[in-house]
Amino acid sequence: MDNDTIDQIIDRHEGRAGSLIHVLMEIQSKNHWIPREALAKVSQKLGVPFTRVMQIATFYKTFSLTPQGHHEVHVCTGTSCHIRGSQRVLDKIQSLLGIRAGETDSNSKFSLAKGNCLGCCTLGPEIVVDGRHYARMTPEKAEEVLKKYN
Amino acid sequence: MSEILLQIDGKAVKAKQGMTVLDAARSADIAIPTLCHHEQLEPYGGCRLCTVEIETRGRKRLVAGCLYPVEPDLIVRTRTEKIDSIRKMILELLLAHAPDSPQLQDLAREYRADRDRFEKEASFCVLCGLCIRYCAEIKKKYAVGFINNGARREINFIPEIAAGECWNCKECFPLCPTSYLQAAYHLTEALAFPSLSSRSASKRLVTTTTL
Repeated sequence: MDNDTIDQIIDRHEGRAGSLIHVLMEIQSKNHWIPREALAKVSQKLGVPFTRVMQIATFYKTFSLTPQGHHEVHVCTGTSCHIRGSQRVLDKIQSLLGIRAGETDSNSKFSLAKGNCLGCCTLGPEIVVDGRHYARMTPEKAEEVLKKYN
Repeated sequence: MSEILLQIDGKAVKAKQGMTVLDAARSADIAIPTLCHHEQLEPYGGCRLCTVEIETRGRKRLVAGCLYPVEPDLIVRTRTEKIDSIRKMILELLLAHAPDSPQLQDLAREYRADRDRFEKEASFCVLCGLCIRYCAEIKKKYAVGFINNGARREINFIPEIAAGECWNCKECFPLCPTSYLQAAYHLTEALAFPSLSSRSASKRLVTTTTL
């Protein structure tokens, strides 16, 4: 992801203050996070005060203002998955990636997050990588899954 | 402008179309407590201290006085047992955040609110938004704004704007009911653009030594 792509997204919505959330979502999905310079540019091009952009960008959990990895790994720690051993899956993934939940590894490859129920309790313990669900995880299977993204 | 006749605390009050219940009450010298209200700013309805009871067509309802527009034959009650208990609760919750605010303490005395009812969670900011709205609506500088949401919501100066605008303005300072705003500003200044204050401090030092 480079600045040109961000510029293109912003230019497409130039002058339309109402598109603020759309622009932010587009940058977020393409770039995985929104740099402060991008927020400043959005504010300038869309004609929305910077404080307002900051308020909205920090309000929604969708937007990340810190660098995120290319692959987003979510581990379900909801009740059902917890009972089926999601903690061991999480421990394994944490030691494989060398990061804890909520962190991003140093070469921006993976971000790890916990979620309290990712929606498929019958298939637990589950993990979600880049929106794709992997069911009935064990520490060994989780390792196999992560290898695919390496 | 057509005149609207309504009743506040048993008193007949004349109001103009477009006024709020709070405006009408104040014009008739009936006190309604407020915290986030400012005459020059758009109504905000954030603190809910101006909660009043209204009665239309025999039905009673609680509304924020600073937002509710007057309507003909409206019956408003500004001090009932229920309203007092709501205001007391709001004050007690706010006092957990800003226990030393003089404005809150005055109101607490009136409504017998206990400042120690809830465990102190001193954020010193009651999120009334006065500074933010003043900066945006009157000064149009947008130097300060809210960030985050829910329990983590707080005010935040944008260093790039604050460095250029705030030093000669600071008109939001006296608006703050808790003086947290000043602290937030000075922290931003100290971290992001310390040159201005240190320069004037050293200038002061020079003048005093030459005297």
